[in-house]
Amino acid sequence: MTATLSVRNLRVEIPTRHGVLTAIDDLSFDIAPGEVLGVVGESGAGKSITGSAIIGLLDPPGRIAGGEILLGGERIDNLPPPAMRRVRGKRIGMIFQDPLTSLNPLYRIGDQLTQTILTHEKMTARAALDKAERLLVEVGIPAAGARLSSYPHQFSGGMRQRVVIALALAADPELVVADEPTTALDVSVQAQVISLLKRLCKDRGASVMLITHDMGVIAETADRVCVLYAGRLAEIGKVRDVVKHPQHPYTHGLMTAIPSLKGDPDARLEQIPGSMPRLGAIPEGCAFNPRCGFRLERCRAERPAAYPTSRSEASCFLLDAAGRAPPPETATAARAAGIEVRAGAPTGADA
Amino acid sequence: MLAFAIRRLIQAVGVMLVVALISFLLFRFVGDPVNQLVGVDTTPEQRAQLRQDLGLNDPVYVQFGRFVGKAARFDFGISYQIKRPVADLIASRLPATLELSLVSAVFALLVGLPMGVYTGLYPQTLLSRLFLALSLTGISLPTFLIGILLIFIFSVNLGWLPSFGRGDVVTIGGFWTTGLLTRSGLSSLILPAITLGLFQMTLIMRLVRGEMLEVLRTDYIKFARARGLSSRAINFGHALKNTLVPVITITGLQIGSIIAFSIITETVFQWPGMGLLFLQAVQNVDIPIMAAYLLLIAFLFTVINFIVDLLYVAVDPRIRIGGAGA
Repeated sequence: MTATLSVRNLRVEIPTRHGVLTAIDDLSFDIAPGEVLGVVGESGAGKSITGSAIIGLLDPPGRIAGGEILLGGERIDNLPPPAMRRVRGKRIGMIFQDPLTSLNPLYRIGDQLTQTILTHEKMTARAALDKAERLLVEVGIPAAGARLSSYPHQFSGGMRQRVVIALALAADPELVVADEPTTALDVSVQAQVISLLKRLCKDRGASVMLITHDMGVIAETADRVCVLYAGRLAEIGKVRDVVKHPQHPYTHGLMTAIPSLKGDPDARLEQIPGSMPRLGAIPEGCAFNPRCGFRLERCRAERPAAYPTSRSEASCFLLDAAGRAPPPETATAARAAGIEVRAGAPTGADA
Repeated sequence: MLAFAIRRLIQAVGVMLVVALISFLLFRFVGDPVNQLVGVDTTPEQRAQLRQDLGLNDPVYVQFGRFVGKAARFDFGISYQIKRPVADLIASRLPATLELSLVSAVFALLVGLPMGVYTGLYPQTLLSRLFLALSLTGISLPTFLIGILLIFIFSVNLGWLPSFGRGDVVTIGGFWTTGLLTRSGLSSLILPAITLGLFQMTLIMRLVRGEMLEVLRTDYIKFARARGLSSRAINFGHALKNTLVPVITITGLQIGSIIAFSIITETVFQWPGMGLLFLQAVQNVDIPIMAAYLLLIAFLFTVINFIVDLLYVAVDPRIRIGGAGA
């Protein structure tokens, strides 16, 4: 089956006065039909830029400098602007972070919905209005018919995000890119909005790319998760595998930094030393190597490819079966941390 | 909505009373009115009589009340210099000024708005840079210089357009004179209107440009693009409408300024409007005309502001609903 979305070796560059920054470097992933892919990473890891690149709305001067993006098997990254405009909204829906600023304050909700529907579908204004009302009912707006003539400021934050979801789904897209859809919302509303989004997309068979930095949201919602670090893929795999058995030292660090309900409440959380490099200062070799507790010699010089393991895929030389054996103490420490170490490690790889 | 309008109206009346007080004080502080009226050979008894007749011996608040009452009926007294009712003088000059002001305001808006939208949408193009450079000249050159330059080019050198006056005018309804209906009237209007409107045009252009640049960066524009709406719908619907509140404010205030400060343009082009009348009044210390002019301009400003407030409400639902709820 063709993947709904297929990103191949994507490279996004931002030319600046101080040289060209590489915001996304050699990133590849697929989203299967109906699948929810979570994309996590720290601020600046390139999550949102990936989303913008897919929908063709990179903020200038950012540009796609390499790779390809395929939607349902067709390339969309090189479409001329009018054709790309027909893809946006119609085939890819996008939801932004802040519902308070996503809606135009001067237009009625109904007008924004019908305008979007009529842009993509041939129907009468009357039929579009009916569809708009059905959409509002679907996203759970009470008294939807009357609310069509309300302005955005007459809705609460959670209700506005529901309207935004209705707008993103107005033309029944096959892929929804949700860029931190709940970050700006109250914790009590977040769960409702996420489950609503998931249910609506499931009903329509739409795939979802869910960008967030909230592992809790990923754990509850996503089928697979993709971890980004400094614009590169760190690890990708089934949520359960990545959460329970992280293969990349960075993912491992992320997971141990999540406080546990069962743990000792007074214990200090483990943290990854240092911070993610700025785009202009990404180190040679593996981007994570200066902060990595399992660093090998070659990590400083070469960039690891994504190595498949029995669970997830991760970009780390520890997983390189063909590579040199890691020093024994690194292997032991890594294994103790739950990272599969292949290669000719002294005690043999645990398969 | 009605409550909002009424509240604004009460505020407007307050403003007008304050301005009335200021123009009333003009009479009391710019010399003794009796001295202005009588000759040197008037006896002290005659002066006292005149003082009594004019009500100058009454308490100040009575005099002020009388002044406001008369002003409300458009009775501003008699010009010291021309010896005719001020109201008549102003009525004969008002059409010329209003016509000039409105034409230049329309010119400023019709040219400035599209230029602003264009330079906001395509800030990098050569044409945008040209517009911006031109607008800098418009903002920095003083009005009288622009007027003289235009006269020099189009009247003296090319001989296309008249250099002064209103041309032939037609009287409508017994009192309103208009130059818009005759060929010479129209051609006389072009140069003064451009001179008067150029500054406002560049101001509107720069304002719209700045607002457009700002609005195009907002999330709701990005979301509109992400929904695949056409550029036309985004630029002229979603974006332009959001720039309108500040543009309406400035345009409204500028129309007031155009009327009030048409003085210079009227002087350069010998335009028979209120500005010229006011300038002559200042030279002759003709206080009734000055006071009436002050009141009239304040009145126009207040009316325009009132209209601007109502327009906000029409454009921005947040003000509308907030106002109705209060």
